[in-house]
Formats: sequence, structure tokens, C-alpha cells
Amino acid sequence: MADGEEPMALDVGSSGDWDGRWRHVQKFLERSGPFTHPDFEPSEEALSGFRHIHVVDMDTIDVSNLNRQFLFRSKDVGHPKAEVAADFINSRVPGCHVVPHFKKIQEFDESFYRQFHIIVCGLDSIIARRWMNGMLLSLLVYDDGVLDPSSIIPLIDGGTEGFKGNARVILPGMTACIDCTLELYPPQINFPMCTIASMPRLPEHCIEYARILQWPKEKPFGDGVALDGDNPEHIHWVFQKSLERAAEFNIIGVTYRLTQGVVKRIIPAVASTNAVIAGTVPSRENTALFAYVPLNNYLVFNDVDGLYTYTFEAERKENCSACSQVPQKLQFPPSAKLQEVLEYLTENASLQMKSPAITATLEGKNKTLYLQTVASIEEKTRPNLCKTLKELGLADGQELAVADVTTPQTVLFKLNFTS
Amino acid sequence: MTMADHKTNKDQRYDRQLRLWGDHGQEALENAHVCLVNAAASGTEILKNLVLPGIGAFTIVDGHRVSGEDVGNNFFLSSDSVGKNRAQATTELLQELNTDVSGNFVEENPDRLLDNDPEFFHRFSLVIAVQLEESTCLRLGSVLWNAAVPFLVCRTYGLVGYMRLVVREHTVVESHPDNALEDLRLDQPFPELTNHITSYDLDNMEKKDHSHTPWVIIVAKYLQKWCREHDFQLPRNYKEKEAFRQLLREGIRKNENGTPEEEENFDEAIKNVNTALNPSKIPTAVEDLFNAEQCENITSQSPAFWVMVRAVRDFVQAEGRGSLPVRGTIPDMIADSDKFISLQNVYRERALQDAAAVSRHVESHLQAVGKLPECISEQDIRLFCKNAAFLRVVHCRALVEEYGVDTVHKDEITSCMDNPDSEMVLYLMLRSVDCFYQQHSRYPGVYNYQVEDDIVRLKLCVHSLLQEYGLTVNVKDDYVHEFCRYGAAEPHTVAAFMGGAAAQEAIKLITHQFVPFNNTFIYNAMAQTSATFQL
Repeated sequence: MADGEEPMALDVGSSGDWDGRWRHVQKFLERSGPFTHPDFEPSEEALSGFRHIHVVDMDTIDVSNLNRQFLFRSKDVGHPKAEVAADFINSRVPGCHVVPHFKKIQEFDESFYRQFHIIVCGLDSIIARRWMNGMLLSLLVYDDGVLDPSSIIPLIDGGTEGFKGNARVILPGMTACIDCTLELYPPQINFPMCTIASMPRLPEHCIEYARILQWPKEKPFGDGVALDGDNPEHIHWVFQKSLERAAEFNIIGVTYRLTQGVVKRIIPAVASTNAVIAGTVPSRENTALFAYVPLNNYLVFNDVDGLYTYTFEAERKENCSACSQVPQKLQFPPSAKLQEVLEYLTENASLQMKSPAITATLEGKNKTLYLQTVASIEEKTRPNLCKTLKELGLADGQELAVADVTTPQTVLFKLNFTS
Repeated sequence: MTMADHKTNKDQRYDRQLRLWGDHGQEALENAHVCLVNAAASGTEILKNLVLPGIGAFTIVDGHRVSGEDVGNNFFLSSDSVGKNRAQATTELLQELNTDVSGNFVEENPDRLLDNDPEFFHRFSLVIAVQLEESTCLRLGSVLWNAAVPFLVCRTYGLVGYMRLVVREHTVVESHPDNALEDLRLDQPFPELTNHITSYDLDNMEKKDHSHTPWVIIVAKYLQKWCREHDFQLPRNYKEKEAFRQLLREGIRKNENGTPEEEENFDEAIKNVNTALNPSKIPTAVEDLFNAEQCENITSQSPAFWVMVRAVRDFVQAEGRGSLPVRGTIPDMIADSDKFISLQNVYRERALQDAAAVSRHVESHLQAVGKLPECISEQDIRLFCKNAAFLRVVHCRALVEEYGVDTVHKDEITSCMDNPDSEMVLYLMLRSVDCFYQQHSRYPGVYNYQVEDDIVRLKLCVHSLLQEYGLTVNVKDDYVHEFCRYGAAEPHTVAAFMGGAAAQEAIKLITHQFVPFNNTFIYNAMAQTSATFQL
């Protein structure tokens, strides 16, 4: 009815709400129905939930984010994502209180994470996901071996890639965790070195040649200056070198866009798929917290051809290194070198550690057998890699403590000698 | 900012999506003008996902005034918006998402527009209607069908999402299939491929060359050997393929002790025997296109797509000798650069030749109907040939047929309802609440005091619907109860999901890339399941 009526004044009550604000949501929280959980008690209190939100993000806004990250504008490029997002929501949604943290998730400890009812992740790496997973597992409290449900903080994890996406509900200690299903994640594509070095066939091989071999050798922007995928001058250098390499071998197809894609390992992304997955998250939150009975905790989505969704129950792994509390075993002969143990920790599909640090208690003292992440210690402990487990003084049944970026907690392994 | 600067900025901004639909897809998006009828939350969520990637223009048609309820679930309204026209208020906040996009609004009820100026809708690339009453929806559907404008209906009803696509004929060249079979032609090598294979003397090569010969050459060579010894028959069954693999194994060079060396290219060959022996035949879907009436009768009105289908058909019957144009790409494989590149070039050059032949057929058809050959570019023809095995055509029939008593897809509905909890029941409930609306001028259960009595009324609607269409299915009372519980609410989370889903379908329609759904999509936000039906 587009006639000339008086515009209604909005009567904003003391709670910051106005008439009709919650009408769309009320039907679900104030009315029970045939499909709601038998324990669900309809009430008005639930409406006030989700007003207090903390956002943690270590990134700043890039222009390439603007095609889908709708809380950011051109003027925000360069500013911290967490802060801009918080400002936007706080002004657009009255009564909502978003607190930003321009930090890495790893900069916070248990005391920070313990305060939340639920954690939602939209992380861009598996390492980060595993870390968060490990953090929530470390918060679990067991009374006489029985899990105290009030110590469970649900984790909703979502991710997208082009037109594909997934969203999963994790109840730490109860349902499958990130590490339980590590094998679901596809391995990263890395080309064999001999192909890159001497037998390129694809434009990608030429780009990797420039990135991996030429850059460290020619140091085009100075000593110790690492290749920065966000620096257009760096990418341009790689692009030119790739073209030269390609010309040498009659390979076509090297473009600036491909160069950037390979160097930065860019994953295509669009607003629509992200919206779909984001749209499932609150429903996932609801299943974790409120009304509907959660049966299937893992949802996948694909809209390349029509639209396809599939939900299933990701199962817990009996001997999951993160959540099973089953002591992890390492089986090696005493003559095996420490190097072999290191390779196992990084290459095993269920462990996939990045740069594990191994310590053991020897002669009553805590000894670091090998540590990569601090250069001076790496140098000192490197000779241990060539020593056998027996030479290092390790015994059958000995416990080894392994620390790694993939987990906030040290993982304990039991060493079993095989003959 | 100069033109060049602006272009670079756009390239950067849209980089992540350009990697999916390319510059040409982006161009199609930027030339499109989409109409949204009703700026309810579901609608604005759809538009957000079209504005962000840079749609050319949008126009919102909405006669409603913004209410407190609207502000409660719509991210593109603020408390200042109450009382304003909803089309205008939402346009402002959507426009500011992307200054490249042109946002427009019409403060008018769609029914009035249909009364006074139905041709208004003819100008759009696509019309999307959300939360629209059944009668208006059917009227609009009819106008758009006659004007051949694609129509996407979307609704959020409680915890149920619904989409219906209506389009006469939607053609797709670039369907981007997830798992495409390679086009290697090893079962029927073209002459240049045969010559290339013949140029290899595997037995007398240096070891280094032997280990770096592409598996395609190896398989082709050994197939030649096999055929000579087997009456020119390719390995057909499991037993023969195993025997062929054994033949390959024996081809691996041995060292002085007689142990086989490590030759990864031979391992690849053995692994790929099944793929290599896939018959190079024309997919049924493509055969169907060749047999279609639009392919048979090329006129001056024929879209470029059908002219090219016909040209490819002509090619298949002539130069192609029963096969589609060669695709021209090969997968990466263990080989030295020279051998790989020269093999790749054999396929590439053949593909260019085939495309040129198709092009000549295109030209002759265009000339025959009095059109200039420049109408269809070489680039388009080459792209078409490259995708010849993946062409798709989608027809989503008119709403009037879905609703017609004589044309309803009774069998589809009944067989789905063999499982009474199939998403089909949600479709039947949506149709039932529409019946309710027709009778009572409101939806069931909007106010608490209505819920109980409306359950009874809604149940009557369900029964009359089923009777009208002669559907002997059982709709459980639970669903009647649940749909009254919903009170026609539009929770934001479901609107957001549908906003993403519908926007992606809109992008597919505009870019003609990827394949749209056909034709009804139902999302169950309770169980987080979905289904697609053809109704």
C-alpha cells in the first residue's frame, strides 16, 4: 500500500527492542512442536542469547575479500577484520555487543575460551582447526572417568571452496573431533622436485620453479627477504621468471592470475556458497544448544550441478590422537633412528604433525631429543636424528612427549620396541 | 581513477570468483539486470549475493511499508526504516555494498504492475520473487513465460526453504563437470596421433627416454601390438585387460640381473589402462541434442547454441567420422618436457583443426538463413567444441502445468511420499498453506491464539488439496501441526541459506555456466536435508 500515510515512529523500549522485533524468531522459541527435543522448554529467555559475541581474527582486510565479505568496504582495506566487523554489526544490529580481538587464536589460553557457550570457526587452515579442537578438548573435566557435560563447549566448524562447503558440529568428548576425521581433508598438491627442477610440463611447474628455486638463489629484493604473495612486485617478479622458464620449454598458459594462484595457494570463493554454509551454522548452533535432536553432525554442500546436500554422522576414531585419551603408540625397533620417528609423526595420515618437538624423561631429567622451531636448539639436537633409539638411551615402554603447532597440548606417546 | 586502474581494481576485487567463472562470466554478470519482487529478508539476502559479485543492476518491486517485524529479520533495514517503503529502504543498504552496481526500486505492489504494465517485467535478465502469494506468483509466472524471461521463485516458510525455477530453455556450454573423462582417442586414434606414436621406437630408446615417455604413447604402442595379435580387437573384458596390463609390465626395462627397473611412466600406463580403453563415444545427453527439433530446424531465430549443435552434428557425420571434435587437452603425466609438449601439441592442433571444420559448418548454416558468419565468433566455436561432450540443456516447465489438475506430476509426488517424511511432504504443506491463504486471507498460526484452531483448518486444506489432485498419500498430522507452529515466520538463518542457494542459481542462469537445478528445491532446516524434484 504505497499511499501517503504517516510513517510509524519506532518505539524502542528499554531493552533496545521495538515492537515486532523478535516476531520471526518467537514462533520457534515460544512454541514447542512435534519435532522439537523432548527436553526443550519453550521460553522467552532464549531470545536474549547470542547478543554477546567475541570475534578473533589476526587478518587485515584485503581488496579481494570484498567480493564476499559483506561487512567490509573499500575504505576498510588494510584495517583489522575483527574490529571492522564488530563496528559494523554493533551499529547495524541494536543491542548486539561484539567484542573484537585482532589476534591469533593461539594467543589466548584456557581462561579466555572457557567463558563461551559455543565456538564457531571459519578458519582457513587445518592446523588452526586442530589447535582450536585441542584447546576445547583440554577444557573437558572428568569426574572419576565420567565426562562432566557442563565442561563441554560445542564447536561449529565451517569451510568453503568454490561451490563446495561443509559445516560440522563437534561436541568435544562426545562426538567426532577434527582429528578423528583428519583423513577427510584432501592432501595439498605439491609437485615432485625433479619435475620442477628439470622436467616442467605445466605452467604451474614453471611458477614453482621461480618460487622455490630461483627466488632463494637470486634474492631479488635483498638478503633474507621472503617471497610475499601479497606484494604485487614480488608476484610480478615470479611471473616474469615463470614466463622465461615456460618459453624455454615451449609451455603455454603462464598468466599473472595463475602465478598468484599458485604462489598464494589461492582457493576460489564466492559470496553465495559462503552464505549457504553460514546459513547452516545457526541451525547447527541450535542443534547443539536448543531445540532439535542432532543426529547427523557433518553436512556437506555442493552446487556445481543443481544443489546437493548430504549429512552424516562423522564417527569418533577409537584411538584418535586428540580426543580418545587412548595412549598413542610408537612401534619401532631399538635400532631405528630418531629421524624415522620424526618422519612417522609428520607423514602418518592420522597424525600429520608439522614440526614436532620430541622430549623424554631420561635419568630423571626432561631431555629434548629434537626441536625444529628454535634455530639454536635445532642445531644442537640435530645429531640426535642420526642416532638410534637405543643409543639415545630410550627404553621399551618409555613415554615420549611430543609438542606441535597442531595441538595446544603435548601428546604423550608410548614407545614399544619391536624386534 | 583511470579506466585501467578501475579495471585492475575490479580484477583484484573479483579475483576469487573470476577463478570460477572467468572474465567472460563476469562480463555476463555485469550486463545483467535482475528484478526482485518483495524485499523480504530472503530477497535481500539473495540480492546481497548478487550485488557483492558485481551484478550490473537490480530493481526491487515492493509495495510494503517496513514494519518492526521486517527490521527484526532483515539485515538491510535499520530501525530508521520503519514506515518507509520497503523497496526504497532496502535498496539504500544493498547499494552501498558495491558502488559498481546500479540499484533501483519501484514502490509498487506487483499485482498493480501486472494490471497496468506487465511489459515492465520484459526488460529483465531474470526475475526473482520471494514470499509472494500464490495467485500473484501464478500471474507473474504466466507473463514471464510468455516473454521468455527466466523466473526464480523463492520462499522461506518457518524452517522450510523452497525454490522453483521456471525457464523455457536454458542452454549450458560450460557445465564444468566435476569428474570429466579425458578425451584421448586411444581406441580410435586420429591420423596425426598414429603418426606421432609411430615415431617412437620404444625398444631401441635410451633408458632415460624410455622412462620418460608419456604413458599415453606407451599404451598406444602396446595397443598396436595387441591389435596385431588379436585380430584388431581391443581388450574388451577384465581378463583381456589384465593380459594387456601384463604386456605393459613386460615392457619395463630390466637391468643386468633381470630385475625390472623403476619406470614410473609404465606404472602410470598400467594404472590408466581402464581409462585408456574407455570407448570414445558420444554421450547420450549430446545425442539427444542432435535429435532435438531445435537442432534439426535451423532458422534465422535459432540461438547460437543450436546453430553450433547442428554444426557439430554435421561434423560428426562428416569429418568427425562418428566422433565429436577432439577436446585438445591431456592430463599431466610423467614425461620429459619435450615429449609431453609435443604430445600435447598433437591433440591441441587436432582440436584446432576440428574446430575449424565445425566453424565452416556454422558459417554455411548462418549463410543459409541470411546471417553473417561474424554472428558467432571463432572463440565461441572453439569453446563450444572443447565442451562438446558436456553440453546441457535444461527445461523447467511453466507453473501453470505444475498446478494443472491434468498436468500435475502425480507419479513423482506419490512415489516420493512412499517415505512419508520425504521432503515432498514439505512441498505439499507449502501448497496447503497457500490454499489456507486463499480461503482465509492469512497464513495459519500467525498469532498464538490461532494455532489450535488453525491446525484443524489447515488439515482440511491438506485434504482438499490431495483430493483435487487425486493424490493418495498420507500427510502426517505432525507436519500440519509444525506448519501451524511456523506462523509463516521467516527466520533469518533459513533466509540466509536460501539467499545463498538462490543467488548461485541466478548466477548460473546469467553466466550460462554450471548447471541449474530442475526444477523444485526444498530445504529442511530442521534436519538440514534437502531434495530436488521435477514438478
